[in-house]
Amino acid sequence: MTAALDTVLQGTLLGGLYALFAAGLSLIFGIMRLVNIAHGDLIVLAAYVALVAVQASGIGPIESLVIVVPVMFAVGYGLQRGLLNSTLDRGILPPLLVTFGLSIIIQNALLEGFSADSRKLQAGALEIASLRLGPDLAVGWFPLLIFLTAVAVIAGLQVLLYRTRVGRAFRAVSDDPEAARLYGVDNRHLFALAMALALAVVSIAAVFLAVRTNFDPAVGPARLLFAFEAVIIGGLGSLWGTLAGGVILGVAQSVGAKIDPAWQLLAGHVAFLLVLVLRPRGLFPRAVD
Amino acid sequence: MRETRIKRRQALTGAAGLIAAGAVGAPAIAQTKRIKIGYVSPQTGPLAPFAEADNFVIGGVREAAKAGLSIGGRNQALEILVKDSQSNPNRAAEVANDLILKDQVDLMLVASTPETTNPVCDQCEVNEVPCVSSVAPWQPWFFARGGKPDAGFKYTYHFFWGLEDVIAVFTNMWGQVPTNKSVGGLFPNDGDGNAWGDKERGFPPVLSKLGYKLTDPGRFQNLNDNFSAQISAFKSANVEVVTGVVIPPDLTTFWNQAQQQGFKPKAVSIGKALLFPVVLEGLGNAGHNLSTEVWWTPHHPFKSSLTGASAQQLADGYTQASKKQWTQPIGFVHALFEVAMDVMKRSKGAGERASVLDAIAKTKLDTIVGPVAWGSGPVKNVAKTPLVGGQWRRGGAFKYDLVITDNKTAPNIPVAGKMEPIG
Repeated sequence: MTAALDTVLQGTLLGGLYALFAAGLSLIFGIMRLVNIAHGDLIVLAAYVALVAVQASGIGPIESLVIVVPVMFAVGYGLQRGLLNSTLDRGILPPLLVTFGLSIIIQNALLEGFSADSRKLQAGALEIASLRLGPDLAVGWFPLLIFLTAVAVIAGLQVLLYRTRVGRAFRAVSDDPEAARLYGVDNRHLFALAMALALAVVSIAAVFLAVRTNFDPAVGPARLLFAFEAVIIGGLGSLWGTLAGGVILGVAQSVGAKIDPAWQLLAGHVAFLLVLVLRPRGLFPRAVD
Repeated sequence: MRETRIKRRQALTGAAGLIAAGAVGAPAIAQTKRIKIGYVSPQTGPLAPFAEADNFVIGGVREAAKAGLSIGGRNQALEILVKDSQSNPNRAAEVANDLILKDQVDLMLVASTPETTNPVCDQCEVNEVPCVSSVAPWQPWFFARGGKPDAGFKYTYHFFWGLEDVIAVFTNMWGQVPTNKSVGGLFPNDGDGNAWGDKERGFPPVLSKLGYKLTDPGRFQNLNDNFSAQISAFKSANVEVVTGVVIPPDLTTFWNQAQQQGFKPKAVSIGKALLFPVVLEGLGNAGHNLSTEVWWTPHHPFKSSLTGASAQQLADGYTQASKKQWTQPIGFVHALFEVAMDVMKRSKGAGERASVLDAIAKTKLDTIVGPVAWGSGPVKNVAKTPLVGGQWRRGGAFKYDLVITDNKTAPNIPVAGKMEPIG
């Protein structure tokens, strides 16, 4: 019984990390229908920004978010305004190709600048501290922190989208960009803000990933897959759905691994496939696309 | 209109004449023969840490061979052509093909992991180009390419250690620490993991012979984010020794989760992940006394046949040039070029591939990684270099230093300490 509980619990906490990876992806897809192939590499880029911040100023990784979040926010705004905006409205292919190219450029620029060494951020005792829930049941404080942050980030984005003026504008351009423009909404600026917001979330995911395990310039694409799956399971454009998608993926993998470690990833993919078969638009699709 | 066409034709004939004149003159320039050595390694991509010292090592070799090689009383210039495999086996085969067909190399060198060595060696075998390879355990190099122990290969030769050595080193190290002999295995679903966990040729048969009980939860995919299934299996089997061959991110994830869940083994001996010091630095204090196999250190009592430098001098040179701690591949990449220079000196030089192949087979050279000689290895094309075991310890010149703690497999390499239990 404890073993089963442990499996589900560890899987749920892992789901929090997946949801954080996926939240930015979900946000920009929901607002501008942009599939960002470079998302995983942007996570790694943010991790390197954190590494530089930590090494330059001597602050801890969590504190470094004060620097990383604004930097990535600016990167996101510039990236969308200067590059990605001009790929929109021309069908589905140009954004895919441009972000694919961006992915390769980021990887090689990081390799040039930081070498291929496997890096990691250190959070000291927080990394290994745990909360004992029973004789054979312990939960790491750090995974728990990741999960709670994921919930907080998604709740925050939800409030932003549904309770604020800028959120209303986001939803307006998402529903009908032409009509929104007629009402005086500046699409280019809003899209850039959305990407900036997505990369701010990416920074949080990146710092957690970098404390959790090693990263190197080539590791980004592998992180993209679970983010995509979490978004699709949850339903495109739905933020709470993305959190649910991450948790479903994490628990499925954890249960699979319990049966046989070879089934860990397979179980996640099977869960993904099942959702696609039973509910092709995901669990909580937002409106009609 | 008609006139211009004739003019154009005349101009073309003139140009052709010029090109022909150039071709006639060409052989006069290319009188001295030039030896070409091709080298393929993973300079970018996930395997890049293996090739990080390549520029430093090759720079040293070029410097040492600046004046060319004296072959049969005549001086021949030396050219080293370096290609990047991008950590991709297909790309490795492609650049090897270019080196063979376009550049017409006399000798091919290749290093670092079966993903690089195997495709390059396969190309050399097919195109009948002599090749020396290193930095991959010999079993995945030999058997994965369909090698038959009695026949072997004709054009490709390899020097490194094998799985039997790493098993001996690990069990010798565990013998120094009192444990309950319960071992947990972390074998991923990749070439190395499957070889190490193989029920006939891997760890399991040797461990059961030595009285160890192995708990192997099964193969997992690389870049695993959750090791709780493995940890709970190890805990219920009361595991005190952990072994395996995993990539650095997986080691970090596993080790942090193990500590969160209160799993505290006495010895952790892992291949691959613990090769590079930056990975240990990433673990903070938690990397102290993790152990690994050691192929080369600055304390190995060998020197370069090419420059006369000791292992310590080579490592210091790298640290000085790069401001980074030495890593194990440095010695082997240097040794690869030592073998290459020695082979070319004993061959008939440029354009004489048959004599180069002959010279490889007759190699008997004391290199910076130990003696290299084919003929006495486990199979015809494999020469074995010594392997010992060590623990990473905090303090010293760098954040973590690799201390040799067991040399039963190669007593000529000095130990610098005894095995200490973790924690």
